Amino acid sequence: MEMNPARRTVLRGASSLGALSALVLAGVLKPTAVYAAEWNKAAFEAKDTAGALKGMGAAASADSKDLVLKVPDIAENGAVVPVDVLSNIPNTTSIAILVEKNPQPLCAQFDFANGALPEVAARLKMGQTSLVKAVAKADGKFYTAQKEVKVTVGGCGG
Amino acid sequence: MADPMKIRAQMKGDVTEVRVLMGHAMETGQRKDAAGKAIPAHFIQSMTVDVGGKRMVDAQIGTSISRNPVFGFKMKGAKAGDKVVVSWVDNKGDKRTDEATVA
Repeated sequence: MEMNPARRTVLRGASSLGALSALVLAGVLKPTAVYAAEWNKAAFEAKDTAGALKGMGAAASADSKDLVLKVPDIAENGAVVPVDVLSNIPNTTSIAILVEKNPQPLCAQFDFANGALPEVAARLKMGQTSLVKAVAKADGKFYTAQKEVKVTVGGCGG
Repeated sequence: MADPMKIRAQMKGDVTEVRVLMGHAMETGQRKDAAGKAIPAHFIQSMTVDVGGKRMVDAQIGTSISRNPVFGFKMKGAKAGDKVVVSWVDNKGDKRTDEATVA
């Protein structure tokens, strides 16, 4: 009996972005774990926006139209709120994102160098309707932009 | 060891666009389990993006970033074939580094 060579070519997409389903979180607890040296504990663990800004050294800042914050007006799912920040302020070296009413408002801070453009896209958790604030640093000064996002289902609760 | 990151790096004109998807629970420390016990915080704290051997992005990250974080960056001065290296470290000292090539 003769085998018929496979006539069908089954091409399967090698990978599909977004199918990160089974997240196996092995309980790898290292007793000697240390915080990354540069992690700004004071700013990230601050319970309000003023404290976070103070921790970043950005207590004094001015609103700027050249800092473009793109967030949805309404977020159906507070667990995943897309955000895009673009700074047109010359010499922008860093961008931070805060959600004012989150238990710990500071979401992330990005430092750019070596040709990286001052633009970042990320996804935030939002516990409730809140102002989202972007803070850019340029020439040692801080500039801000903010916009309210209405959250219909919170993302921080259980 | 955490799941591998998915990294896409593409040239759009003279700008390189890098997108990274990381598999991480990003547990805030605010949630409670069924028994009412607080679930300890477990989240990525720092991330770096190197393109063509140069440190382009150095980020500090907190608990307000979504589970399985996605970040997008743009840079100038890189070219097709450059190596993109992304690393992260979480608050328990777990870490991961993955590579891709600019297409």
